[in-house]
Amino acid sequence: MNLTKSFYLLLSLTIFSGPVLAQTPEERGLEIAREVKQRDFGWADMQAEMLMVLRNKQGEESVREIRIKSLEQEGDGDKSLTIFDKPLDVKGTAFLSFSHPLEADDQWLYLPALKRVKRISSRNKSGPFMGSEFAYEDLSSFEIEKYSYKYIRDESCEGGTCFVVEQYPVDKDSGYTRRVAWIDQDQYRVWKVEFYDRKNSLLKTLNFKGYQQYLDKYWRADLQQMINHQTGKSTDLKWSGYQFRVGLNDSDFNKNTLKRAR
Amino acid sequence: MKEKLFAVVLRHPVLILLACLVLTVLATVGGKNLVFKSDYRVFFSEENPQLVAYESIQNIFNKSDNVAFIVIPADGDIYTPEHLQLLRQITTDAWQIPYSTRVDSIANYQHTWAEEDDMIVEDLVSEGQPLDPSALDRIREIVNTEPILLNKIASVKGQVSLVNVTVQMPMIDPVAEVPEVVARVREIQQKYMAENPGLEIKLSGIVMMNNSFAESALKDNATLIPIMFGVVVLTMLVLLRTFSGTFSTVIIIAASIAAAMGLAGWSGMFLTGPSASAPTMILTLAVADCIHILSTMFYEMRRGIAKRDALLDSLRINFQPVMLTSVTTAIGFLSMNFSDSPPFRDLGNIVAVGVMLAFLFSITLFPALLMVLPVRVRKTREEDRDWTRSLAAFVTSKRRILLPGMSVFMLLLIAFLPMNQLNDDFVKYFDTSVPFRQATDYMQDNLSGMTMMEISIDSGESSGINDPAFLKKLGVFSDWLRSQPETDHVSTLTDTLRRLNKNMHGDDQSYYRLPEDRELSAQYLLLYEMSLPYGLDLNNQLNVDKSSVRVVGTFKNLTSNELVSLEERVQNWFARNAPEYQVQTTGPNLMFAHISQRNIKSMLSGIALALVLISLLLGFALRSVRFGLISLLPNLAPAAMGFGLWYLIDGQVGLGLSVVAGMTLGIVVDDTVHFLSKYLYARRHRDADSVAAVQYAFGSVGRALWITTFVLVCGFMVLAQSSFKLNADMGFLTALTILIALVVDFLFLPPLLMVFDKTKIETPATTSQGVER
Repeated sequence: MNLTKSFYLLLSLTIFSGPVLAQTPEERGLEIAREVKQRDFGWADMQAEMLMVLRNKQGEESVREIRIKSLEQEGDGDKSLTIFDKPLDVKGTAFLSFSHPLEADDQWLYLPALKRVKRISSRNKSGPFMGSEFAYEDLSSFEIEKYSYKYIRDESCEGGTCFVVEQYPVDKDSGYTRRVAWIDQDQYRVWKVEFYDRKNSLLKTLNFKGYQQYLDKYWRADLQQMINHQTGKSTDLKWSGYQFRVGLNDSDFNKNTLKRAR
Repeated sequence: MKEKLFAVVLRHPVLILLACLVLTVLATVGGKNLVFKSDYRVFFSEENPQLVAYESIQNIFNKSDNVAFIVIPADGDIYTPEHLQLLRQITTDAWQIPYSTRVDSIANYQHTWAEEDDMIVEDLVSEGQPLDPSALDRIREIVNTEPILLNKIASVKGQVSLVNVTVQMPMIDPVAEVPEVVARVREIQQKYMAENPGLEIKLSGIVMMNNSFAESALKDNATLIPIMFGVVVLTMLVLLRTFSGTFSTVIIIAASIAAAMGLAGWSGMFLTGPSASAPTMILTLAVADCIHILSTMFYEMRRGIAKRDALLDSLRINFQPVMLTSVTTAIGFLSMNFSDSPPFRDLGNIVAVGVMLAFLFSITLFPALLMVLPVRVRKTREEDRDWTRSLAAFVTSKRRILLPGMSVFMLLLIAFLPMNQLNDDFVKYFDTSVPFRQATDYMQDNLSGMTMMEISIDSGESSGINDPAFLKKLGVFSDWLRSQPETDHVSTLTDTLRRLNKNMHGDDQSYYRLPEDRELSAQYLLLYEMSLPYGLDLNNQLNVDKSSVRVVGTFKNLTSNELVSLEERVQNWFARNAPEYQVQTTGPNLMFAHISQRNIKSMLSGIALALVLISLLLGFALRSVRFGLISLLPNLAPAAMGFGLWYLIDGQVGLGLSVVAGMTLGIVVDDTVHFLSKYLYARRHRDADSVAAVQYAFGSVGRALWITTFVLVCGFMVLAQSSFKLNADMGFLTALTILIALVVDFLFLPPLLMVFDKTKIETPATTSQGVER
């Protein structure tokens, strides 16, 4: 009875509000992106530990240990501070980045062996982060204006039913022509992303595993697995010790205090 | 059994025609599976140690297959605003080449410099950068002082530069991938050459080489096979004067080739450079069977015997020798299965099948065709009788001079054999008519050669490449390698680190040296890695663990021996100066440098086995152990003499030649079989002494041997015209060996027989079905 009622409701909605509901796939994609951003907004600051495991086609493995602190920014890319613990010869190296959706990021690196902070000026968004299969642009915060969108279809995925959305980078220094993301319809979490290189062939696939909810709102995956299909290399990011709202502020993300970052 | 077969063939020729047609078509359909695999790796078996080492290095670092655009401006100056912009555009377009993972040119070279505490990393020729004379001078200055670029990407004189594209083909469908890449590469080449009159773009690199394997082989087949058919038709028309016979022979050859290639397709083989020469070889070898059957038949018909009876007689007489020679030829080709290089195994198997098919067709389809077609013979003078007779007279009268004379001559030639040098320079597999060869020669003359050696040095500990002791030795080694006379370019991590150290100290030139602190070096590298854009990272030089580095040396085009000796010098350098590190030297050139030696070793056992089998067959056929043994000399000597003569002609033995001895063994045996069987027939059944028997043998098979040798030599000489040197050399030396074999059979074997065969031969009882019949 109830079911029939809602069916009729749905039917009438479809018929009568047809013109209103008739979104283009582009509008639908943008709407999904807005919802993703909106649901993940407001965490203010966070810190976590990250274990990075690099593998090559021969099966050789290499591990890096990193701590990351982030400060949420409204209307711009987030600020982040990365402190390297392993390998030991880069221990204490600290990387400060103010990411920007459409321009080159501002980046500084503190080299303890040289006891100097160096500003990096380059167009390296597309470049690999610490020799891994993750590019900077894969790790920086999600901002709506970074891409234009197109909703493709619904598809079942690990997180239930997913929207499949294509995202086209706006920044011409991006290494991709498009990304295809699988976003679950329940919580708007990203479960899988496929990356297509500048000649539009499949370059990498990123899978998200072990989502956990923090502060009853923000979902973070414990494991991100990236596979490069062209080189046979892969990188796993294993996250732990997530802490939100620990009271970080702009003074913790300052090139002048970078030396003291621990 | 065979009588029944002949009866059926001659009674129901149409039926046989149809049956053969159906079977041939069924086999030929398999040809649709036959595709060309354009990859130099096909030359190596999966267990080849050099290939295994190379593949593992490629898995640890990145693959280094490449396409090199050699861009030559009309005015001979690459440092003009227009040309630099052009290089920039080509670089951008090159990213669109399928499977490209990296593009290097002077335009996108990641130039680093310091500005106070800023480390600036940007394209050497960046977008929108004003290219005024001072900017041009700066770019020229940077290129000319940067060891990464100089002599590799840009020439010292500044008249040519490369856009080098690294390509990682997934190798899921190599048959389609290489042409796909090449099509796009040529599109870019054509586009820029059309838009910029006077600009020249040449194409080199491993991918272009792979493509040339296919293109030159296919081009060969399109020209050489028709030429060879022409030679066969002409020879037969002139020497045998028969249209129907010639036509039928052409049908037999075509059916043998089509069915053999079709069966190769059914068996799942790929075509490769060497195996693509199979049709020409089958064509050449199949002719002999038909000539033997035709000439006996005509001989009988001239004596007034009806066509059908003449044909039956011919089949009876020739069945055994044709079968025997086909089997021995097939065994010779099957010996190529011992080759370490799969394409030669395929070639051997395809030709062996083709030869056996040709035998089957020539005793079924061939007589059936001759029955259906009109065959007339003109009464002709037997003009050549005198020719063979005078040769026989000469050989018998001069035998006391000929035997020692020929022995000395043979030994002399054989003495040159060990002086041949093994050499496989894959660039020279292609003659100078092939665009890839032209481009690579140009590159060698103006930039650097295509000979490369990848040297991976393992420090043995995680992050160990940052150890100052390791870096110091790496630096010394790189300088040592650079100072070798054959070196054009060395790509090494120490150049990058020296530059970074300088950048980190405000571009102070006195800091252009290696960091002396492990942390410093690790942190420089981290900084550098973090500033590089997509596709221009250090992954092609460092492994993920930073425990190994890869140094790539580029050298002038070297012979295999020179390269192997350079490899030894490199290994010795490390044994003496840095024994604590694990060093591996690999690369396509080194793989080819070792392959001939490996292949010759593996072929030796194949040849030995073939020799044993063939000798056993001969012993049975001749029903004499003694003559089986005597036949060893004229069977083995021609190949050895051929290689001796080859030293005087060329002196470089490569992969293609390493299979010639096995291949020719089965062919040259035929002459000996025919000659010896006629000789023995005369000795046993005509009570002739050795001199008279020699004269009889000359009289009955001299002309046939001469004609078949002529056809064989022509056929392999046609193959020798191939633009693919591997096949050309193989064809030439085979032709040479076959010709020598005839000389040996005519001038050495008879005197040998007359000297060693003085005892009266025991007449075997009534069983008179020798080979000779």
